Amino acid sequence: MAVPLLQARSITKSYAGVRALKDGSFELLEGEVHALIGENGAGKSTLIKVMTGAIQPDSGSLIVRGHLVEQNDPGISRSMGIAAIYQQPSLFPDLSVAENIALALEGGGVWRKVDWKARNRRAGELLERAGASIQPARLVSTLSMPEQQLVEIAKAIGADAKILIMDEPTASLTDREVDSLFKTIGVFRNQGAGIIYISHRLEEITTIADRITVMRDGETIATRRREEVDKPTLISMMVGREIDSVYPKHESAAGEIALELRHVCNRATGLRDISLSVRCGEILGLAGLVGSGRTQLAETIFGLTPADSGEILLAGVPVKVGSPAQAIKLGIGYVPEDRRHHGVVLEMPIAFNTTLANLKAVSRRGLIDEGQERELAGHYLMQLRIKAPSVYTGTGDLSGGNQQKVALARWLSIHPKVLILDEPTQGVDIGSKSEIHNLMLELAAGGLAIVMISSELPEVLSISDRIAVMHQGKIGGVLSREEATQQKVLSLATY
Amino acid sequence: MKTHTREISVALAILALAIVLAFAAPGYFSRENLTDLFLANVPVLIVALGMTLVILIGQIDISVGSIFAICGVAAGLLSKSGLPALVAALGACLAGALLGALNGTLVAYLRIPSIVVTLASMVALRDALRWQTQGAWVQDLPRDFQWFGLSQSAYPLAVAGIAVILSAGLAWILRNLAIGRAIYATGSNKEGARLAGIHTTFVTFSVFAVIGGLTGFSAALNSVRFNQIPTNAGLGLEMKVIAAVVVGGAAITGGRGSVLGTVLGVVLLGAIGPALTFLGVSAYWERAVQGAIILAALVIDAVRTRHGRSLATSHV
Repeated sequence: MAVPLLQARSITKSYAGVRALKDGSFELLEGEVHALIGENGAGKSTLIKVMTGAIQPDSGSLIVRGHLVEQNDPGISRSMGIAAIYQQPSLFPDLSVAENIALALEGGGVWRKVDWKARNRRAGELLERAGASIQPARLVSTLSMPEQQLVEIAKAIGADAKILIMDEPTASLTDREVDSLFKTIGVFRNQGAGIIYISHRLEEITTIADRITVMRDGETIATRRREEVDKPTLISMMVGREIDSVYPKHESAAGEIALELRHVCNRATGLRDISLSVRCGEILGLAGLVGSGRTQLAETIFGLTPADSGEILLAGVPVKVGSPAQAIKLGIGYVPEDRRHHGVVLEMPIAFNTTLANLKAVSRRGLIDEGQERELAGHYLMQLRIKAPSVYTGTGDLSGGNQQKVALARWLSIHPKVLILDEPTQGVDIGSKSEIHNLMLELAAGGLAIVMISSELPEVLSISDRIAVMHQGKIGGVLSREEATQQKVLSLATY
Repeated sequence: MKTHTREISVALAILALAIVLAFAAPGYFSRENLTDLFLANVPVLIVALGMTLVILIGQIDISVGSIFAICGVAAGLLSKSGLPALVAALGACLAGALLGALNGTLVAYLRIPSIVVTLASMVALRDALRWQTQGAWVQDLPRDFQWFGLSQSAYPLAVAGIAVILSAGLAWILRNLAIGRAIYATGSNKEGARLAGIHTTFVTFSVFAVIGGLTGFSAALNSVRFNQIPTNAGLGLEMKVIAAVVVGGAAITGGRGSVLGTVLGVVLLGAIGPALTFLGVSAYWERAVQGAIILAALVIDAVRTRHGRSLATSHV
């Protein structure tokens, strides 16, 4: 048997004490397309980053064409013939296609004379081999997404890559574009290269992959030949575990409809015909894969990207939400996913962050009453058990979990009717996580309507009263708490 | 929550300069010299107050020198047309605010970077003024325009009062009003502020209108000191003002800075130039020394942020 192109053996990697990769083992042969699948957070990207040298593993070994890789960084990885193509092509938009290819391939000093003719000719050849009819002189910013991906592939061909890693390459492609991409992949494979193919689209994987490796919770679970598996088997392999009982259960006492969407569309962000409702006292889980439009939906409800058509009703009354300020006035709160950049202002103390969305409550005619502000912030410091010496502690000095609680405090202080939480427990420690869950349940018990976006299925399944699953900008289905299982959610999310 | 490291170090620098001068050139502290220095620097201070706001929201305005020239000429022409001095001053403020609002519209609503917007308006306004006036200074000003109709001795007192009221007022606004909080939030984290429901575009627009208005006022205040109003006034004013704000501890990226810092920055940079002459150093060194002070301030900043990046200390 031939030497495998690439082998990863028992690779582990922890980030700040969290095990992202517990046991990553993987093998790629010449002339095969090997798919790598798993839920969000299963460890796929971490494994890929180890291969491309973007991160250093804590233990385990990487073997390329029979040679143990002692030391790795992106340059070494590239020189070993490993090329990665990400979902978002990483090209320079203001340079021409030929220049982009040349930057990746040409060596030499910065003062060397550029042979433009040779550069364009070479780019043309590589593009042809990639099956692309793109003029080398065109600016990358004028190319469509699939064209940009073809340029990336041309770069990989030019680098004489033997190992091509493709991370969700079809996420932004139409069916026809997918077909032509697959043709190019076929050409690559026939030349003896190996392709690691990451995708959430299971039907695609069962079409193109020769073998499939499933990851779960940082471990590679199994590798199967395509003929041996079907979609339901793959899904159950990806899920594979019972829901932990650490999540609190709660009884829903849902009341009147607090928020209702009717046929909401947003062409710019790709939301199509969204109809949904949340009741007072209810937690609606919004599940779906990364890129399925969950955050876009939250931003539309919050007025950041107002809807083009359809209706939004609050407590049965049609409303227009054209800006965050209007949303806040209407009693809609939004704790965004990117806590550090959007959720809180790190440079400001806790007190200022708490009142930022609701300065009216602590001021009269624009004049801030410092005593009142301190009192309000102190109240939430106690209620949310934010661990800080005082309300004037800098928010940047707090831990992730406590920053998230500050973000939450800001929105609770507006006394919202509807609260949208985007990945509320992402990157927070276990202790803060269950505290945040308990808070959500308390708030719901108090009559608040909560929409929770989460990529963590066990969290969604245990906290939510109902679960809406998004798929490609649409609601794929809504499941009640009783009927929802990981399998059902995943198959709605992946079709 | 508040650290005054920068304010204290600038104050100490001023003190050190004063001590050196007290021994080496006591003539510096003559009444005439100090009055002159003070009157020459109040207009800089007033524009610097506006610039503090602009830099706090993470923007820049380099058109203030040109706006200053236009508003000075406007005040003179209004006064010559027979209007009382106070009305002429108000007219200058209004003209400045309108020009600032134009900058603000382009920056806030059309989202053009402020450095290019104000670079364009700096050049366009300066040359429009030159073309309109053919370079001729405004002369034969009415008697009551001089010293605002006050006496030559009452004028400095009035100016001192204005400087104190404006500085203290702005410091109070930034600290106690919701709009102050909105300005700091916009500069620290524009997207975060928008998500908290703050109208960041309106904040940006208003700040540019305000610096325009303050520049107009500053120009009116300055023009009454002389018999004629030059059309090339305010050349290089933007640099003086930005330098003072930066030396005063404001982060050029926004979100951090204080009125007190700006006041001290104006004092230090305004005092150091003439001090060199008094100390017998050639006046040609003046700008080099000022440049060195600015560089020192920036280096201190860079070193401090590098050490304390993860701490994200608050300077609100």
